Amino acid sequence: MATEVVTPNTITMADLKGRVEPDWCPGCGDYGVLAAVQKALVELQIQPHDVCTISGIGCSSNFPGFIETYGMHTLHGRALPVATGVKLANHALTVLVTGGDGDGFGIGCGHFVHSMRRNADLTYIVMDNQIYGLTTGQTSPTSRMAMKTKSTPYGNVENPVNPVALALAAGATFVARGFSADQKHLTELIKQGIAHKGFSFIDVFSPCVTFNHDNTVQWFRPRVKRLEDDFTYDASNLEAALAKSQIWGEEIPIGKFFERTDQASLQEMEPVLEQGPLVHQSYRIPSETARAFIEELM
Amino acid sequence: MIRFLPAGVNSNVQRRRGESFMRQSFSIGIGGAAGQGVASPGDIFAKIFTRRGLHLNAYNAYQSIIRGGHTFLTIRVSVDPVGAIHGQLDLLIPLNQDTVDRHLRLLRSGGVCLYNADTIHPGAPPDGVALCPLPASKLADISRNKIAQNTLAIGAALSLMGIEFDALESILEAQFRSKGSAVIQENVTLARAGYEYAAQNFTPFPHALPATAKRYAALSGNTAMAMGAAAAGVKFYCAYPMSPATGVLHWMAQHGRKAGIMVRQVEDEIGVINMAIGAAHAGARSMCATSGGGFALMSEGLGLSAQAEIPVVVIDCQRAGPSTGVPTKTEQGDLWQMLGAAFGDYPRVIAAPLDIADCFTLMAEIFNVTDRFQCPGIVLCDLLLSEGRLSVEPSVLDFAPHVDRGALITSNGKGDIEPYQRYKITPSGVSPRVIPGVAGHTHVVSSDEHDEDGVLISDAYTNHAKRRAMMEKRMRKVDGIAAAVAPPQLLGPQDAEVTLIGWGSTYGVIQEACEILGEQGIRANHLPIRWLVPLHGDTILDLLRKMRHTIIVENNFSGQFARYLRSETSFVANGYIRKYDGEPFFAEQIVTAVKDQLAGRAKLSVPAHEVMV
Repeated sequence: MATEVVTPNTITMADLKGRVEPDWCPGCGDYGVLAAVQKALVELQIQPHDVCTISGIGCSSNFPGFIETYGMHTLHGRALPVATGVKLANHALTVLVTGGDGDGFGIGCGHFVHSMRRNADLTYIVMDNQIYGLTTGQTSPTSRMAMKTKSTPYGNVENPVNPVALALAAGATFVARGFSADQKHLTELIKQGIAHKGFSFIDVFSPCVTFNHDNTVQWFRPRVKRLEDDFTYDASNLEAALAKSQIWGEEIPIGKFFERTDQASLQEMEPVLEQGPLVHQSYRIPSETARAFIEELM
Repeated sequence: MIRFLPAGVNSNVQRRRGESFMRQSFSIGIGGAAGQGVASPGDIFAKIFTRRGLHLNAYNAYQSIIRGGHTFLTIRVSVDPVGAIHGQLDLLIPLNQDTVDRHLRLLRSGGVCLYNADTIHPGAPPDGVALCPLPASKLADISRNKIAQNTLAIGAALSLMGIEFDALESILEAQFRSKGSAVIQENVTLARAGYEYAAQNFTPFPHALPATAKRYAALSGNTAMAMGAAAAGVKFYCAYPMSPATGVLHWMAQHGRKAGIMVRQVEDEIGVINMAIGAAHAGARSMCATSGGGFALMSEGLGLSAQAEIPVVVIDCQRAGPSTGVPTKTEQGDLWQMLGAAFGDYPRVIAAPLDIADCFTLMAEIFNVTDRFQCPGIVLCDLLLSEGRLSVEPSVLDFAPHVDRGALITSNGKGDIEPYQRYKITPSGVSPRVIPGVAGHTHVVSSDEHDEDGVLISDAYTNHAKRRAMMEKRMRKVDGIAAAVAPPQLLGPQDAEVTLIGWGSTYGVIQEACEILGEQGIRANHLPIRWLVPLHGDTILDLLRKMRHTIIVENNFSGQFARYLRSETSFVANGYIRKYDGEPFFAEQIVTAVKDQLAGRAKLSVPAHEVMV
């Protein structure tokens, strides 16, 4: 690489403002998530060009266009494998993955589970509105039982997935739940997620004002209860986290459910990355190594 | 290219046992049930022959089974390059009764069947074929070492072929090094017992297998593609296991750390293509490999590569389809899937390696084209090449090929650039891309249609003029791609009586068929197609219009290439030779079919495979 001319400057919210205004509906929960991500990056003072924000497809997946970082708007459900590729090729980047519940827990659920056991150092923020918004209101993997949508006019008869419990079972090393209307708390979770060495999953209640009239901000606000307010809660205890993940109803826990720091992230497990980011390594194989490869065949 | 004379055709060279085949080519067949250890004698023979300076071509006919069934490995050797195996044998080593029942009749006059006399009863051999029974239980403790009969047979076979025992000893040492000196010693002793028994009891082939001063590498197409990609600077490889592509993953997994390549096994092929695209976007040369079924899962990702203009190379090792099909058999049946993969119009390149050496050479070429034109590149291989073995001149395995990454920004230079536009409209259609991490160049790449600076125009900002401009920008790359790739060339005499047209892996067998036809007084030439996209249809049309009788040869039912050529050029051939039984062509089958067609007896020939493998 040639010499980089980079003037380190203090990152402000203005630096992270995207080129286009978000096209989300007025009142959409995703505005709060966008602001929380921008605040987290400002507080951590990460340069925008050192961040890659990667999404799938859906309302919330338009996210990368609304923040000034490197961005990728990929295929429906495929943000996680793309992001894993980006991170492994250049682990100097901070890689954020943003998307919705349909994208992550429906069409992309296989990648979701495997990304957690793989423990690549990604921060995965799901804007969970329990509905398919961009396709104008069908049931999603997190829609509640009996919920009436355009695809379930007589009421949903399938159980919703529990993303937090699924993440804990799949071996995620950082599992949290936020609420878009509690922005300070959410910002803190995102900061912790970015700082976590390994896969961090943050499920965020991000209510859809247009198609989900059940799970609204007003519905969530009296129910959500911060785990951080319970001084006895130990987020390093998987069993406690699993127990908390089962609580849903009049009380819904938010906050950091679980974090373990004793497990190396994927890039730390790969000796190939010891010499630095893959993309900056030489692509020429040393001639003596090449000769040895050929000699094996002779 | 070697010349092959079928037994009985030329009586003066077939007169006495063994007199002819050493001069031309020599074929060994080893067969048994899966799990009986057919592969390892094959590898041992391959090493012995290539170290002796002999060329070889090997093909393993097998089934999707780990134990049982029938596996039959054919190795054909010659002083000259060997383009294909053929239907006759000089030495048969059956490891079970089933093998001798199926294959004994393939031995031509002068041939030998070498077998374990305790367990195998060959029955009457064909004329001129010698039976060489090894009393395995007398020579070795068979009850303790299940593959002892194989090692005995290898030793005995070397003796018959007039090869000194030392050649085997060093290979056995390397083969069993990880198992310790006792195992090495046991196998060397066994092999020597077989060698000595044969020397004392059997008549060797009248001419020892020749030796030259050359030394070749013996490798599979999968190994060649993996090594070729490594040489071309691939830094990221990922895959989901699928026959017959898994060999690429195995080489990469084994050598990735030494080669500085990140290798990942991913949960499915959808994850594979998308992970490869992610790594490619970050700036690493990226590749994945699969077979038809896995490729089907990748097709949406292929469209992402095209739309976001992120170069990625995908290898498709064709096997007999549709669906799970015949997982261990070869076919050229995926062409239209490659041509039509992913919806929408977009530039792509598709190339089919002509032989195993080309599996290596093609990789750097296709990476350069896909990097320059920021589009997906498909290597259309097949089981015949992927899992076959070929001797290759070591100098062909060039680990310093020309690498052209295209317009790739890896630094912000002086920092005084004009605002960066990822999808800038250019005359060539190529817009410089930047690796994430470079200051002053942040942008979004997108699967949605976008503006020059990457902003989506598909949703709230739909703009038909911009959409048209972006589509035309991407499609302008097609002209550049065509200019970057050499058009196909006719091989053989211009004034031929018959022109054979093939693509990819049929190269070797068609070349041999042309030579046999020439020897039989029929002037034949060959148009091998290596680049399917770009096709260079005008060049092909100009060439073929001058030809007298054209026949398209391919390993599929419907004539996928014939239909493609017709759709691109309106060219209609005079005849067709097709095979879709899972086995590759033999040259003699093509020769027979050509003669039938020239005599007006057929327009479409579908050679039957005589032996059940």
